[in-house]
Amino acid sequence: MTVLGASQAERRLLPEGRLAGPMPWVIAIMMFLTALAAAGGLAMGSAANRLGADLGRQVTVQIILADTDQRDREAGAAQQLLSHEDGVISARRLGDQEMQTLLRPWLGDAGLDKDIPLPAMIDIDLTGAGRDRLDQIAGAIRAAAPHARIDDHAGFIAPLVGLIRSLGLLAGGIVVMMAGATAAAVVLAARSALNTHRRTIDVMHMMGATDVQVARLFQRRIALDALFGAMVGLLAAIVVIVVLGRRIGEIGSGLVGSIALPGLAWLVLLCLPLLAGLLALLVARITVQRALGQTL
Amino acid sequence: MSGIVQFENVGLRYGTGAETLSDLSFTLAAGGFYFLTGPSGAGKTSLLKMLYLSQRPTRGAIRLFDEDVVQLRRARLPGFRRRIGVVFQDFRLIPHLSAFDNIALPLRIAGVDERDLVTPVREMLAWVGLADRASAHPPTLSGGEQQRVAIARAVIGRPEILVADEPTGNVDPEMAARLLHLFDALNTLGTTIVVATHDIHLLSRVASANVMRLDRGRLQDPTGALRYPPKADGH
Repeated sequence: MTVLGASQAERRLLPEGRLAGPMPWVIAIMMFLTALAAAGGLAMGSAANRLGADLGRQVTVQIILADTDQRDREAGAAQQLLSHEDGVISARRLGDQEMQTLLRPWLGDAGLDKDIPLPAMIDIDLTGAGRDRLDQIAGAIRAAAPHARIDDHAGFIAPLVGLIRSLGLLAGGIVVMMAGATAAAVVLAARSALNTHRRTIDVMHMMGATDVQVARLFQRRIALDALFGAMVGLLAAIVVIVVLGRRIGEIGSGLVGSIALPGLAWLVLLCLPLLAGLLALLVARITVQRALGQTL
Repeated sequence: MSGIVQFENVGLRYGTGAETLSDLSFTLAAGGFYFLTGPSGAGKTSLLKMLYLSQRPTRGAIRLFDEDVVQLRRARLPGFRRRIGVVFQDFRLIPHLSAFDNIALPLRIAGVDERDLVTPVREMLAWVGLADRASAHPPTLSGGEQQRVAIARAVIGRPEILVADEPTGNVDPEMAARLLHLFDALNTLGTTIVVATHDIHLLSRVASANVMRLDRGRLQDPTGALRYPPKADGH
């Protein structure tokens, strides 16, 4: 039976010392960190996209007037306008109860006096096309309600989205560095294995074995060791990710709560051990062939 | 008989020391039987190493199978090595493989199907008297048994050239005679045999053998005309 390019007889050429060396455990640790970094990066990327998509299309119109009658007239005019405007999904004026709920943390119950002039607030949800023509919509609102102030959520969410995207890129960079460290560990393991089995390799060479035949023995063994280590590391990482996910869910904050791992990201994580095994296989093959190339 | 091996002014130097082998020029005929003899340290093993392509000379030209092997690209070496069987002085059996697997190794390297190699390997084991030791590992075999496995491994692939470095050093006289008979039989089938030995009694066992003598890195009988006992003496 052939496994990863080596027959049963070929596999007997190198004693199966799997898990005897430190490489699988080094790769397990690196896979643990890689999976956490990858999960972080994927969650950040997803959160940034969601925040950008949800909040980036929201606009709030504030009409700040001490004269409540005029305030209500301008608010009504603005709502009327927005109900016919292209690219507007909804335009909803916040009721008194909602306004009081919003202000209670700052003013307390005592401060919510009817004599205090509260602004009229209209939450607007835009389509993508509406987002693109926000300047035109804002101009129309100002024409209908001269005292309207328009707050574009994208403006204040942009630095946060930028930060989250940067963190996601940082996580991606960590994943790349971990892949490099994994490759380095495989190079060291392959060289060590070559030294250990030098005598067997010499005999095989003298009998006409090609470098590819010799490399096949090592790449298979190293790839399987790496695969095992990577699966152990990923399993540990998944436990941590699930526990962290629950903790984040318990916070209940909108922004923090938006950091979640989408379904596709889980698939990516599950593929990481296979990628690690493939990387180990290729690196081991190249390392062994290069080392053998320096001999006769 | 045409020349299967040609050495021309070959010299070998390890590092910066004096030449281990100097000015070796000789031709081995295809299908010939050659003894290479000389005292310890004369350079027999070094000469054999160049013959089985484990060592390149530092000067001179070597042709094997009508090709210049000194300049041969590394990628082509395996093809040449598969045509040469080698019995190493220290056997070089793979300790974690059974006698069967050690003998089967050249066939597996050559890509012979598993089903096709069982019979020849078992026959070879029987021939060297180790039929009941097929699954034994080298550390559990005696020196003589290991040597027989090494010889079986060298000849299993029916090489065009068989190079043996002291192949009878660890076997009793009866087994030595049997092994020489095996070499002779292979020689009859067309294999060129080169046996390095300092056992002077071995030289008379093969009537058709030529004797080359190395002394302090130089070949004393490059033509192979000298025989043991020398023909000129009328033996």
